[in-house]
Amino acid sequence: MSDFFRPATLAEALEIRANHAAVPLAGGTDLLVRYRNWAGTLPKIEKPVVSVGHLSELRGISVHQNGAAPDLSIGAGVTYGELLAHPQVPELLKNSIWWLAAPGLRNVATLAGNLCNASPAADAVCALYALDATVDIAGAGGTRRVPVEEFITGPGRTVLRTDELVTAIHLRPDEGGVVFYQKVGTRKANALSKLSICARASVHAGVLESVGIAVGAVAPTIVRSRDIEATLIGRPVSDIAAHAAEVVSRYEPLVRPISDQRSTAEYRKATALGLIGRFLMERLTG
Amino acid sequence: MTRFTLNGKPVTTSAHPMARLLDVLRDEFRMTGVKEGCGEGECGACSILRDGKLVNSCILSVGMMEGAHLETPEGISATPGGKAINDGYAEAGAVQCGFCMTGMAVATEALLRENLNPTEHEIRTAISGNLCRCTGYALIIDGIERAAEKRREIAAGGKTERSERTA
Repeated sequence: MSDFFRPATLAEALEIRANHAAVPLAGGTDLLVRYRNWAGTLPKIEKPVVSVGHLSELRGISVHQNGAAPDLSIGAGVTYGELLAHPQVPELLKNSIWWLAAPGLRNVATLAGNLCNASPAADAVCALYALDATVDIAGAGGTRRVPVEEFITGPGRTVLRTDELVTAIHLRPDEGGVVFYQKVGTRKANALSKLSICARASVHAGVLESVGIAVGAVAPTIVRSRDIEATLIGRPVSDIAAHAAEVVSRYEPLVRPISDQRSTAEYRKATALGLIGRFLMERLTG
Repeated sequence: MTRFTLNGKPVTTSAHPMARLLDVLRDEFRMTGVKEGCGEGECGACSILRDGKLVNSCILSVGMMEGAHLETPEGISATPGGKAINDGYAEAGAVQCGFCMTGMAVATEALLRENLNPTEHEIRTAISGNLCRCTGYALIIDGIERAAEKRREIAAGGKTERSERTA
């Protein structure tokens, strides 16, 4: 039987984290499935649990003018349902959420919770990679902000220490442009991805101005290559489309999936590379 | 102790805060309309409303419910809107084995509170987290369309002759 803490404030929650190394519980859609037990019995979790989803410091979505660039701040307790209802949440993130689970889960599950579970197959986390998200982490010593690519270090592993909590995720508010989201799964609702691709771009006068391409469930962490993207920026999209096969071949060593109960390595690789090609050839030239 | 509102009534439970809400609702409060199917949030048989939103009670712990307003199939079906859902399903012949039905009805209530004119696509999305192994969903969707019509009549202040339907 585990201890259960329900702090009233973020400061209290951080104290509980520091003193008990308690596992944070937001929506519970991963935690309570992972420690599932027989009906009528308690979940099989030994560690203490600290409920954080209700904390007012972690609630809400807000937009701030941060110097020249506006910043969208998503509290760690914000559910997927709340993200879908917000007008300034980027379209790419919304697209990934529409295909995630089902309404009853989206009303409970949080983006920050999915992020902290660090599954390489987490659909919305894939969108965070493509959207240059950063993560606020609070601890006794104050708050630090890290890019999402540095936050996740491996399957199920993050830089979050046992005395810290994720408090918010930052993005640019929706900026339009080209958005490409494809999830490959066995059915529409409640299916975990075999793989997914999240990509966005801005094109001005036929020239690629910015781009973010992320592929989920094809490597230990979500794949995004800023090196390959840098070779594309500033080029006419017609030129990129004409040389798409060459660009796709540069992704080939980065896409190194495994076979598991959901799909095979061969299928995942061929499909992921094919979808990158489709984005470059069909979507960019729109 | 955890305090919440259950079908409009304030209640308190001394269940362990990590106990599954599903178990507490069934065993302590005798809300056996809340069913356990998969036990991992995939099938929707344990659906309830928390603060008006559809949720799966099998993957919520009771300690998370402090201050929440919960509605179960029992509470919903006792309302005129809930009766409209039950009647819509019955007229359509939407029920076969019946196990998924209470969850389907809760998902239907969540949908109709926000949208009295759902398209078929919106209905399918609304029940996408509720699995039925018998019907193939066509009759359930018909039942929800009938329920929506009854709810529009209620919203308009009573049944009109023109919109009367026969089963």
